[in-house]
Amino acid sequence: MNLTANCPICDAALNLAADTVQGELLECAECGTELEVMSTEPIQLQEAPQEEEDWGE
Amino acid sequence: MSEVRVSIVGGSGYTGGELLRLLLFHPQVRIQQVTSERFVGKFTHKVHPNLRKATDLRFVQLAQLEPCDVLFLCLPHGRAMHLLPELQRKAERIIDLSADFRLNDPAQYAAWYGREHTHPEWLPQFVYGIPELHREAMRGARFISSAGCNATATILALFPLFKNDLVVVDRSVVEVKGGSSEGGNAPSEATHHPERSNVVRSYRPTQHRHTAEVEQELCIHGPVRVHLSATALDLVRGVLSTCHVFLKDDLDEKTIWKVYRETYADEPFIRIVKEKTGIYRYPEPKLLIGSNFCDIGFEKDARSRRLVVISAIDNLMKGAAGQAVQAFNLMHGFAETTALEFPGLHPV
Repeated sequence: MNLTANCPICDAALNLAADTVQGELLECAECGTELEVMSTEPIQLQEAPQEEEDWGE
Repeated sequence: MSEVRVSIVGGSGYTGGELLRLLLFHPQVRIQQVTSERFVGKFTHKVHPNLRKATDLRFVQLAQLEPCDVLFLCLPHGRAMHLLPELQRKAERIIDLSADFRLNDPAQYAAWYGREHTHPEWLPQFVYGIPELHREAMRGARFISSAGCNATATILALFPLFKNDLVVVDRSVVEVKGGSSEGGNAPSEATHHPERSNVVRSYRPTQHRHTAEVEQELCIHGPVRVHLSATALDLVRGVLSTCHVFLKDDLDEKTIWKVYRETYADEPFIRIVKEKTGIYRYPEPKLLIGSNFCDIGFEKDARSRRLVVISAIDNLMKGAAGQAVQAFNLMHGFAETTALEFPGLHPV
């Protein structure tokens, strides 16, 4: 059975595979944020650390 | 359902050409006539070369217009209101793409367009043409007035916030950047290539006419004032509207996401574009060329209650012909996305 959670950034409903494991990285389909699974019982997601990049022009 | 017989009045302009392109591939439409006084007798693909081998229709004069089911009017601003009494006898339904019937209040029309409306009695009969706001009124409507391109981008960006009464109503500042096709295909000194090329031209810092439409459509909880400026860029197609609003309460981004999701989740042509990584993190007009999408993104200023909402469209599509075909589909009970499925190009 799939697991459900909400994106901590945009609050979109997420469906996670039943075999999701701690430390796994996944991507929110709505805001594109890369999320890290901090725990599976209960499901806890956190924005994954990103390499800083200069996006300014 | 049998085919709908459609004619385009004033079909030699850019909007008329886009309509023709879309309607030629609409499975429920038969294009009966396309008028142009300037190009009468010429093949339509002479003016719209992308339509070579797509149609052998020739332009006819307005005087030769025959009865049909739906008329699309792509005339210069100020012409449709003069012709409407005559044209409404030619077709049961009319979609006007000019500015003549967008404003409900004739006094507002006079104030923004500098002339009296010749047929103010017609104004209440027109449904304002943004489907996301007036979908139910469009179903079975007889007259629809397509919205202005800059107005469309701005209204769709701000509608969820004003609908939910979340912003300080007189502190909204909008900067709209648009391409040259917004100005139509009539040349002028300002559009001469050496003058137009490479410009970042602030052509209407205040008093842009589309401001009137924006304020009309956003005054959901009372009068609003929107301060809009317009800049011409070195693009052919595309509008980017950057809207600065101030929130009544210090909402976080997750709440803003919820507001936009609740308003637009079921909309076939609205996409929320706000990504943390990648090349295109916010709406980008070039990705929308030829498509009917309106992409909307936002960012909350962590230092204040300012929320920046960014929207992008193709001015000739969601800002004109695409929007009109979407309205046409609603009018007739067709699937709303019919003939509008093209998702744009990448790279472009």
